Amino acid sequence: MISLAHYIVLGAVLFCIAVAGLFINRKNVIVLLMSIELMLLAVNMNFVAFSRFLGDVSGQVFVFFILTVAAAEAAIGLAILVLLFRTRSTINIADIDSMKG
Amino acid sequence: MNPQLLQLICFYAFGFVTVAAALSVITLKNTVHAVLALVLTFFSAACLWLLLEAEFLALALIVVYVGAVMVLFLFVVMMLDIDQEKMREGFVKFLPVGLIVAVVMLVEMLGLIGVRAMHAQVMGANPAIAAGMSNNIEWLGHALYTKFLLPFEIAALILTVGIVAAVALTLRERADARHESASQQVKVNPRDRVRIVKMAAVRPDEPTVPQESQP
Amino acid sequence: MGLSTSILLTIALAPLVGCVLAGFLGKFLGRAGSHTVTILGVAVSCVLSFLVLYQLTMGGAVEYNQNIYTWFHIGHFNASVGFMVDRLTAMMLVVVSFVSLLVHVYTIGYMRDDPGYTRFFSYISLFTFSMFMLVMSNNFMQLFFGWEAVGLVSYLLIGFWYKRPTAIFANLKAFLVNRVGDFGFLLGIAAVLYFLGTLDYATAFGSAPSLIGKTLQITAHTQWDAATVICICLFIGAMGKSAQVPLHVWLPDSMEGPTPISALIHAATMVTAGIFMVARMSPLFELSSTALSFVLVIGATTALFTGLIGIVQNDIKRVIAYSTLSQLGYMTVALGVSMYSGAVFHLMTHAFFKALLFLGAGSVIIAMHHEQDMRYMGGLRKYMPITWITMWIGSLALVAIPFTSGFYSKDAIIEAVGLSHRWGAHYAYFCVMAGALVTGLYTFRQMYLTFHGKERFTVVEHHGHGHDDHDDHDDHDDHGHHEPGVLAHAPKESPWVVTLPLVLLAIPSLLVGFFTVRPVLFGNWFGSAIHVEEANNVLAELGQEFHGAAAMAMHGFTQLPFLLVVAAFVICTYVYLFNPALAGRIKSALKPLWTVLDRKYWVDDVYFALFARGGVLLGRGFWKVGERGVIDGAMVNGSVGVVHRIAASMRRLQSGYLYHYAFAMILGLILLLGGYWFIGTGLAGQ
Repeated sequence: MISLAHYIVLGAVLFCIAVAGLFINRKNVIVLLMSIELMLLAVNMNFVAFSRFLGDVSGQVFVFFILTVAAAEAAIGLAILVLLFRTRSTINIADIDSMKG
Repeated sequence: MNPQLLQLICFYAFGFVTVAAALSVITLKNTVHAVLALVLTFFSAACLWLLLEAEFLALALIVVYVGAVMVLFLFVVMMLDIDQEKMREGFVKFLPVGLIVAVVMLVEMLGLIGVRAMHAQVMGANPAIAAGMSNNIEWLGHALYTKFLLPFEIAALILTVGIVAAVALTLRERADARHESASQQVKVNPRDRVRIVKMAAVRPDEPTVPQESQP
Repeated sequence: MGLSTSILLTIALAPLVGCVLAGFLGKFLGRAGSHTVTILGVAVSCVLSFLVLYQLTMGGAVEYNQNIYTWFHIGHFNASVGFMVDRLTAMMLVVVSFVSLLVHVYTIGYMRDDPGYTRFFSYISLFTFSMFMLVMSNNFMQLFFGWEAVGLVSYLLIGFWYKRPTAIFANLKAFLVNRVGDFGFLLGIAAVLYFLGTLDYATAFGSAPSLIGKTLQITAHTQWDAATVICICLFIGAMGKSAQVPLHVWLPDSMEGPTPISALIHAATMVTAGIFMVARMSPLFELSSTALSFVLVIGATTALFTGLIGIVQNDIKRVIAYSTLSQLGYMTVALGVSMYSGAVFHLMTHAFFKALLFLGAGSVIIAMHHEQDMRYMGGLRKYMPITWITMWIGSLALVAIPFTSGFYSKDAIIEAVGLSHRWGAHYAYFCVMAGALVTGLYTFRQMYLTFHGKERFTVVEHHGHGHDDHDDHDDHDDHGHHEPGVLAHAPKESPWVVTLPLVLLAIPSLLVGFFTVRPVLFGNWFGSAIHVEEANNVLAELGQEFHGAAAMAMHGFTQLPFLLVVAAFVICTYVYLFNPALAGRIKSALKPLWTVLDRKYWVDDVYFALFARGGVLLGRGFWKVGERGVIDGAMVNGSVGVVHRIAASMRRLQSGYLYHYAFAMILGLILLLGGYWFIGTGLAGQ
């Protein structure tokens, strides 16, 4: 029997993998963006599981919106990345510290 | 075969693939490979959603993410000239930190979820059928176009803004390209082109050509 | 038959029209145009004032009391502009407009060469309007408006020659001292509103008896009688405006202003506003004998002690200024013994002869090329006979020689004080009696120093002789005058615009008392305008012995005040006419007394040390502690400093590296989750 716990734990695992990815790939912006996508996937996993479990459509509708926003975010994020590379010739985060106080 | 057992086997199979692919996303050296691993992650996650009978979202995940976003990622990765080695520095150094943080967080999350209690919560029948709809898509569509109409429209607007923003950010005029500006050509004023200078008629003081030299 | 609203409005507004025209369009109208419009405005008011007086007195017109315009309502309080014209008002109207008209004419001559000619006319017309509003008001609010407006014009006119630091000092002083009085006045008006619920005269006076028995707790454990509090507060206002001790210090300094306004504002009209106000409030004052005793003592003190200062003054205008203070003291004394009509009567006669004296002094000042020090005058009699004669008439009225108008008012006051049984009346009787002698002394001294004796000035072109002792009262006008006592031309009689007002004022100074004493003092002429309790009515008691103006004058020849005046005349004649050296010897013999008087009892010095210096110290303290310490130091710079220090340490957290921020976020998330977990297990364990 597939229980709610299966999906929730899977979501937690995915989220933690994404967090670990943020740490170990601290220089590569593209992998960072992908880690964020993973996090969103983990969250979506929870939403879908609960929606199914509770029989409430709102959860799935919310996933739909998250997908929308994530797509827009990915597009803009990559656009910024391209722009960044065009002006700085690098996407190494260690080189980007203009906001240093 | 017991269909529920089959479902469980499928869940574990796809779940394993998802986790493994996610791990490769963050560990693979080549970014292109990482993107491909992410595609696999999404794909298997979509399969898991199919198990939950969320067919629309599963397909949307494949179409939108795998089909569009991930291809975008691939384009960008391939377009940019990235020094792969430089990107990897600090990887080993921060691996323990990342692992510790991830494990701590996982333990905390599992503790908060209460896995054992959650395990008793078995998934019920398809809520779409229970709601009197024929399938998941009708169920979702019904909600989207009635109760969530305004957020839906706003989501559309956000996507439009996303397109415009992405174009606006990356568009640049090539300085070395030759082109003509139609608007400036239309706006031109003849007075800016030709300047008529009025001058008094001047007669030279002495005839330039001597009289006697004429034939 | 009633008075016409339009006539009353015209009286009030005609000077305002003149003021606006001369003030704003003075450049277009020019000098002649400006003085023409303002004089026309005041002349219209003057003629109509006489008409109103005639209608009220002979024409049988009833008193006018009507609201004309409603300014605002607040709850039950209704502020309106309205006129109350009874015989008291009519008398004030006539006095104000008549003196004002003559001063307007006189100014043509006096200010002839002044660059601020049109401005001056605008101001005095504005003053006339304000004074009309004050006296015609039918409520406390409008009274206060007029009160402040005349104060404002007084301020402007004292500082008319605003380039002179002494003038600026004097007008600031007048303004500040008047603020003290006005504060009391405002409190009094507020108390009236609080207890009687209205500011309308008729309503307030009608319900005034309800004040009896009401008390007000100002200090702990002490209940103050409401009527006493109201009256004393109102009278403090009158003390400021009418320059009573101890708020008298501004009036002598106000002589920095041009002489016409000294005559109009600081002798004849504005300073008597306090007297008028108290007379108008007689229904209130009659309720509190405590307040009346206070009035009496203040007035008596002013009458005697300011007169004494006048004896040692050398500036011709200052002598008259102190004389004014003293005479205002007499009026206040009259108020204090419930002889309101006597006070107003003295107000009227005093307005004529004091304006005459001031304008005469102005005429002398013109002749002396703006020299005001009497030590450099003398023997002017033969140069300016008209001024000499008219000033003698004014002086005789001032010292109350029988048959002059001053005699009827002042002698009646002295007699009434003698009859009064009010607390303080004995002291007041002594003061006004001694005051008669003092009045004689300074008046005759001034006349002798100015018009008689040797000429102490020289008519030479340009070589001065040293007067080293000459250090104070060195009041230069902005005309070319450098060395004291040296004139470029011989003094000569002033032009007709100056002497005509003198003559026109000399006539009422001599005669008005004789013809009006019977109705005004003993004939209940004011009717319901002035209310006197039967028990306080000393005037009625006095009236029993009254057998006609001539008989009163004849009787006056045998009375003590007249004998004192004669004594003063003899002393002054001997000292200043026959033995001028004696004055110096008396002065050195009575050196301590002379110093006390010369320093004006050190009142100015005390005020200066206490209030002015204290204010400066207080201000400096606030500046250093409050402004620089608390606001600048602690609040402005302090908060900036705190923010700066916090920010300096906080900015080190801002590394600018994305992964640091991400790490901080994740750390926060872990802590949050841990916290929830901890709480959750803790709750589960219970």
